[in-house]
Amino acid sequence: MSILEVNNLRKSFGTAEVLKGISLHVDRGEVVSIIGSSGSGKTTLLRCCVGLEKEYEGEIHYDGTFGMVFQNFNLFPHFTALRNVMDAPVKVQKRPKEEVLPEARELLRKVGLSDKENAYPSTLSGGQKQRVAIARALAMKPDILFFDEPTSALDPELTGEILRVIRALAEEKMTMVIVTHEMTFARNVSDHIIFMDKGVVADEGTPDQVFNSENPRTRAFLGKLST
Amino acid sequence: MSFGVILQQLGSGFLKTVLIFSVTLVLSLPLGWVVYFGRSSRNKIVSGLVIGFISIMSGTPLMLQLLLWYFGPFYLFRMNIGNYKFTALIIGFSLNYSAYFAEIYRSGVEAIDVGQYEAAQILGYSKLRTFVRIIFPQVMRIVMPAIGNEVITLVKDTSLAYSISYIEMFALAKQIAAKETTIIPFIVAGVFYYVFNYAVAKGITLTERKLAFY
Repeated sequence: MSILEVNNLRKSFGTAEVLKGISLHVDRGEVVSIIGSSGSGKTTLLRCCVGLEKEYEGEIHYDGTFGMVFQNFNLFPHFTALRNVMDAPVKVQKRPKEEVLPEARELLRKVGLSDKENAYPSTLSGGQKQRVAIARALAMKPDILFFDEPTSALDPELTGEILRVIRALAEEKMTMVIVTHEMTFARNVSDHIIFMDKGVVADEGTPDQVFNSENPRTRAFLGKLST
Repeated sequence: MSFGVILQQLGSGFLKTVLIFSVTLVLSLPLGWVVYFGRSSRNKIVSGLVIGFISIMSGTPLMLQLLLWYFGPFYLFRMNIGNYKFTALIIGFSLNYSAYFAEIYRSGVEAIDVGQYEAAQILGYSKLRTFVRIIFPQVMRIVMPAIGNEVITLVKDTSLAYSISYIEMFALAKQIAAKETTIIPFIVAGVFYYVFNYAVAKGITLTERKLAFY
């Protein structure tokens, strides 16, 4: 059952066509990674899917709600970690605070930040901020969660803690779409990998299919990474 | 006239100074946001008019503006301006300061990362709620030092009320000095302004510290 369906998506910035007819679908419980070099359109695709880019051609259909984790976290700096997680469920979804509070605490515990619930983002490391951001997105109980290069703004030694959290979510069958440059991670965690090149889906399939692909563009991209 | 009497008279003038200051501040701080929103309106006519307003407010002397607000209604409409002096002052001061505050707010809003809006949008915050809960508190922290400078200037600018002969502390000091041929009222008034501004500056520092909780 498809939770997200994208049909022939086209997006241009001025005269530059960034997405040249992208189609994809994501099933419930599926983890889809989008890989490809910078400028291939991965992030634009994600931004179209979540409505941050409004003018495009083609169709995007959802069966459910979505959340997003950003490359630069985008936590609210004047809220504590706990309030970052709780604010939208309470103020936007209008759910009772007594009900949201234990859920928010549980989410912070899940991302390993129980001791940081009263910390402001400025006092947290990049990895901790990103984990709060993941908890914040999960608190809205989205049916699908998008990650836009969730480790790209982090020091290498901090990426592991984020990838562990995402892997744990995958094991819980959270539906996720992950734009990433972490190839080993994409290979290990994904059910489906989409390789984008110059605004099109150049190759896709299971991790094994993509990583053993005969497609010259895929081979060139993956080859560049391993050398 | 004894020093005690001078002090007492200037003291009553000081209360009027404080009144002009407080009323102006209470009106112009929120009004500055109205001006800011007008300026950043997508309606070109609205934003154009507001940009013109800001330009005039900051490009002409405040004293001239006060004279226009006070005498304008009389010359234009033959309005009886007998009891209108304080109102004219407040209109003049508030509009002038709202223009400055609007520009300060704009600098603050522009300093907010676009990611804040994007995160709020995806979490489902409406535009209004995004502003009230996410943007406004961050802007106030950013702009507080600049606001503080303006507030301190306002304390001193209240003396411009003298130009339309509203009898606040500065006008009184001048009257007494002329009548008694003494410089003491000016010194006393100077001390009053200084002490007032000292307290205001302390208040601003406290507010800045309070807003810097994150």
